This record gives sequence, C-alpha cells and structure tokens, in this order.
Amino acid sequence: MTQIAAEASYANQFADLQKKAPLPGCLGALRDDAFECFDRLGFPTRRLESWRFTNIAPIAETNFVQPTDRQDYTRNAFNAMGLPKLGGVEFVFLNGTYAPSLSTIDGLPDGLRVRSLGEVLDNDPDTVIPHLGRIARFEHQAFTALNTAFLRDGAVVEVPEGIVVGEPIHLIFITSSTGLPTLCQPRVLVIAGATSQVQVVESHVGTDVASYLNNAVTEVSVGDQATVDHYTIVLEGESAFRVGNLQASVGRASNFSSHTITLSGAIVRNEASVVLEGEGGECTLNGLYLASGRQLVDNQTTIDHARPHCDSHELYKGVLDGQSSAVFNGKIVVRLDAQKTDAKQSNKALLLSEDAQVTTKPQLEIFADDVKCTHGATVGQLDPDSLFYLRSRALSEQQARQVLIHAFAADLLGHIKVGAVRQQLDSILLDRLPMLSGS
Amino acid sequence: MLNIRDLQASAGSRQILKGINLTVNPGEVHAIMGPNGSGKSTLAGVLAGRDGFKVTGGTVDFRGQDLLDLEPEQRAREGLFLAFQYPVEIPGVNNAYLLKAALNEVRKYRGEPELDAMDFMAVARERMKLLEMDDAFLNRPVNDGFSGGEKKRNEIFQLAVLEPSLAVLDETDSGLDIDALKIVATGVNALRNSDRAIVVVTHYQRLLNYIVPDFVHVLSGGRIVKSGGKELALELEDKGYSWLEPTPVAAEA
Repeated sequence: MTQIAAEASYANQFADLQKKAPLPGCLGALRDDAFECFDRLGFPTRRLESWRFTNIAPIAETNFVQPTDRQDYTRNAFNAMGLPKLGGVEFVFLNGTYAPSLSTIDGLPDGLRVRSLGEVLDNDPDTVIPHLGRIARFEHQAFTALNTAFLRDGAVVEVPEGIVVGEPIHLIFITSSTGLPTLCQPRVLVIAGATSQVQVVESHVGTDVASYLNNAVTEVSVGDQATVDHYTIVLEGESAFRVGNLQASVGRASNFSSHTITLSGAIVRNEASVVLEGEGGECTLNGLYLASGRQLVDNQTTIDHARPHCDSHELYKGVLDGQSSAVFNGKIVVRLDAQKTDAKQSNKALLLSEDAQVTTKPQLEIFADDVKCTHGATVGQLDPDSLFYLRSRALSEQQARQVLIHAFAADLLGHIKVGAVRQQLDSILLDRLPMLSGS
Repeated sequence: MLNIRDLQASAGSRQILKGINLTVNPGEVHAIMGPNGSGKSTLAGVLAGRDGFKVTGGTVDFRGQDLLDLEPEQRAREGLFLAFQYPVEIPGVNNAYLLKAALNEVRKYRGEPELDAMDFMAVARERMKLLEMDDAFLNRPVNDGFSGGEKKRNEIFQLAVLEPSLAVLDETDSGLDIDALKIVATGVNALRNSDRAIVVVTHYQRLLNYIVPDFVHVLSGGRIVKSGGKELALELEDKGYSWLEPTPVAAEA
C-alpha cells in the first residue's frame, strides 16, 4: 500500500470513530484538530531533520487498522507472559482498551486515583480537559496528532496534593492482534499534585510475531515540589513498530525522572520531552537499549530549561549487535531567563559487531549566559585489555564478553530507584546476554 | 612443571624473545631480572596468552601440555596465574563477583563442586587477612579507583584465592612503597609450597629481599644470559646490568 492510500484509510477510520464513539464538546474538537494536524503533516519522512536517520516507510506504507475486541484473551495467557511483578497495583490494557479482568487494582492507597481514560471521558471529563493535548502538543508531531485524534482509552493517574504513593503503579499495555496489522494508541495522563510522590511504570508488550504499530502518548503534569519517577519498558514483538512520546511539565522545586528501557521491537522511536517550568526543578532522562538483528532504536530527548536554577541529568546507553542501528538526539534548550542552569548529557554506545551503527547528536541551544552545560558521546567496542584480564582469570571468552556487556548496561539500571523494577530488568538483561555477545 | 625451549616471539616486526630456555619445577621460586626492554613482560605475556605477540619458534610445555596451544582461559584453568604489571580497571564488575566466577571456573575444571556465595565469602575473607585487606575491597569494582598498591595487593589476593600451580608475578613490586611491598611479599611467601612454583619477574633486586628466590636468571636482549642462585641478584644490585649486556644499551633503545 502507498503512503497516500494508508493515510486515506486513517481518514475513514477517523470518520468512523467520530460517528460511533463521539466525544462531547471540546474533547471532540480536540480530536478534530488533531486529525486535521495529522492530515496536514502526514507521516514524517527522512527529509525532516529529526527523522533523517529513521526510515519509517514500513510504518507509513502499512494500512494499520483499529484493533478488534479480544474477549478470548484469558488471564492464563496473560500470566503466561511472565511480565515483571512489581508488587503494586497493575492496570492492564489489551489492544488499547482497559481490561479489568486482567488487572489487579486492590489496595489502591488512600487518595490515589487510577482510572481508565474511557471511564473518565464518559463520567468525569472535566478532570482531564485541562491537561489532555496541552502537555503533549501535536501541532508539529504527526504521531502524537494521530494518537490524539483517536483518543478513546488509556490510563489516568491522579495523585492529590501531599499524597505519597509507596508502591509503583504498573500500567501494562498488551498488543495481541488477530491477523491484520493493528494500530494501538495508548494514552496515559499522570497528574501529580503539589508535594505528592509517585512512581509509574509502563510496560509495552507484544504477544505475537505479526506486525503492529503501538503509538503511545504519555502526558505528565508534575506539581510544585512533587516527585514523579516514570519508567517505560519496551518489550514489543519482534516485527512490531513503536512510537512513544512522553511529555512532562515540571513545576517549581519538583523532581521528574524518566527511564526508557528498550528491549525489543523492529523499529522503536522513543521521544521524551520535559519542560522545567518552575524555579529549582530537577529532571533526569535516562535510557538503555539493546538492539540486535536489524532492529532500529531511536531516542529523541528534549529538555527545556524555561526557568532559572534547574538541573538536568541525561544518560543514554545502548548495546548494538548484528546489523542493528540506533539514533540518539539530545536537545537541551536554556531560555534567556534560565540562569544558573546545570545540564549534563551523556550518550554511550557499545558496538558488538562491525555492521551495527549509531548516530548520536547533542543539540544545545543556550540563550542564558550564566549556565553550566556539558555533553559527551562515546561509541566503542569491548575493551580488549579487559577481555584478556577476565580470560586470564579463567572466564571463557563468551563469559568475559557477557560480564563486560552486563557491566556496561547495568550501570544504567543502577540509577533506577524502584528495587523491583531494577531487579526485574536486570534478570531480563541477564537472559538477553547470550544473544548479545557479538559472536 | 614448566619447560620453555628456545622460545622466540615478536611484537609487530620486532623480534623480542630470541630463544629462551627455562625449566621450573614444583616448589621452586625463580626470579627473572633484566633491564627495561629485555623481554621480561613479553615472556610473561606470551605465557599467559596475551594478544599482540607472535610466537615464531620454540615450545612451552606446562604440566605435560603444549601451553602455546591453549586459550588464555584454558591456561588459567590448568593452573597458570599471571599477576599483571598493570591490572586492568573494570568499572561495573564487582571484585567478589569476578573472583567467585573465576574460582568456580577453576573448580569446575578440576571436577570440584562449585562454591555458593557463603562458602566463597568464607574462603575470600580468610585470604584477605593474608593481604591485610578489609571486606570493602570485595564490593568495589575490579581495580576501579584503586591506588597502585591496592591493585597489586588485589592481584596477589586473587592468586591466594585461585591457588594456581604456577604463578607468574609481572613487576609486582613496581609502584609499591616499602610497607605495601612487605605485605605483598608476606602474602606470596605464605603461598609458597612444594607443589606450587612461582616466577617473579622484576627489574629490581628489592623485592627479592622479601621473596627469596631459589634461582635467578638474567634476561637481556631476548635471551637468558646468566643464571645462578639468589646471590646473583645481589651481584646485579651491586654492578648493574651493563656487564652482562650482549649489545650496548644504546642499540636496544
């Protein structure tokens, strides 16, 4: 199918949605605006600077269709996936739709509200109207526009002022198609009130080998002096495409962190953008990806220092094997007003094969004059001296390589505050090492 | 145990070892001394299987096996241990983790049961006392941020845990102050026994005051030019190396 035909198909799907599941008032208008934007922008091509190294023709030329209902998907099938258990509540979404029968929502701490977006849109739209589409702007972002146009379900996490949530909230998005290439568009909105604290983990998982597109958008509003730790774990199917857009607006003296861990998927594009909108805010954007075969992993980050005295830390690490490729683009904007900014960015890639490649680009736009901004990028191979040292201590070459790859990647996991997430990811990482030892 | 015959090796286009002959029996301590550039570290590297050297002639028999035919890890499992002149820093790899993995590889090879974490810690703690190291060492990344002396002590600690049949100490004394030197030497001496051989490669006689060798060999220009007892080391200390040089120093540089 050509790109034009595919885009025409989305127009029909959109008209169908507006007819069958209309949203009232300004939310309906938001969808209209968003679709109009998508229609005008079209899928991005490599002529656009931020897509220069990421060819999404396989996405643009496929006619993805709305997911069908999967009533037949059982709790046993869900359990069999062996997803990380984090000990807190689990909200499960199947093909973009909330699946109460798969979810474990008992023991939600007092004050905390986690609901499906579908329910909120039906019963309590005023809660989300001030936020939806306001944090994740779509005027220049076709995928976010497409997600917003098809706004229907997802997760809404509300943490009222002063509430500290101890256990992580686990949002699980499963794509399980029934044959045709499926388009899933999960939407997450996290509203953390002043001085609240919460940890949100999103797991995006594909169960089948068929191609699908998971186009996810997450909006996070971090109130003054609040702390929000967000984790995205990408475990998509091997032929799957993922485009994720995480956008956060961070208030005064608040702390926001995001860790994006990409473990599978054919083409994965993770965008993370944070606006530090109050003085004294702090933001951490970290990422880790493992790529092999012909996988493409693209991480795009933007940190906008809009106000003075904010700190940002950024560390992205990747391990590439086979003919995989990766892109990292880290943009840091320091506005005229944002004096005393301290921004650090680092991007490190470990290449295990001669055919793997990485493109890395820091992009600093600094308008204030009293700031500290540093960036660094390294691309390297396993150190031969380290390999020899380990082998001279009786470890096989394979073991030695795995120990060094693990050390490289686990360094990033060390930054993860939630113990259960860190341990689960480390065990996934250890499982993957034999496939990633570059031999 | 170790039988080196006419060993020749080059690095790039440069011939460094030009026919080494050396026999080491169980229980013996041999010192190999020589000026800079004489081939001491090349010999240690060739024995351990380091990349970058090409063996161009000769044989090395280690406990009945052709050593040069073995991968570095096979040499280690067979009981060869090299204490590095420049121990490698490996951030992110825990000292205890590496040592436990190494010990269990050796034990597996010997047909002994692997040690679990508790048993390993018991062994490690006991050996750490030998080197006057404290527990914190175990939880630090391998050599990362260690001082020169700590790195060398860590090498001897690994030696103590792995209990090889042949230990090659490559310039273990370099960069050590006198107190650290004594600790390292005490550790090595405690590991001397009738089954284990030790080859001490050093530039200076100083270490040999504390680790007293049975034999001293002088390596110069890629050959062993003189062998003798421990008194040879004192003679070298007294006279320097120049009286033994087959060619003038300037030509070697």
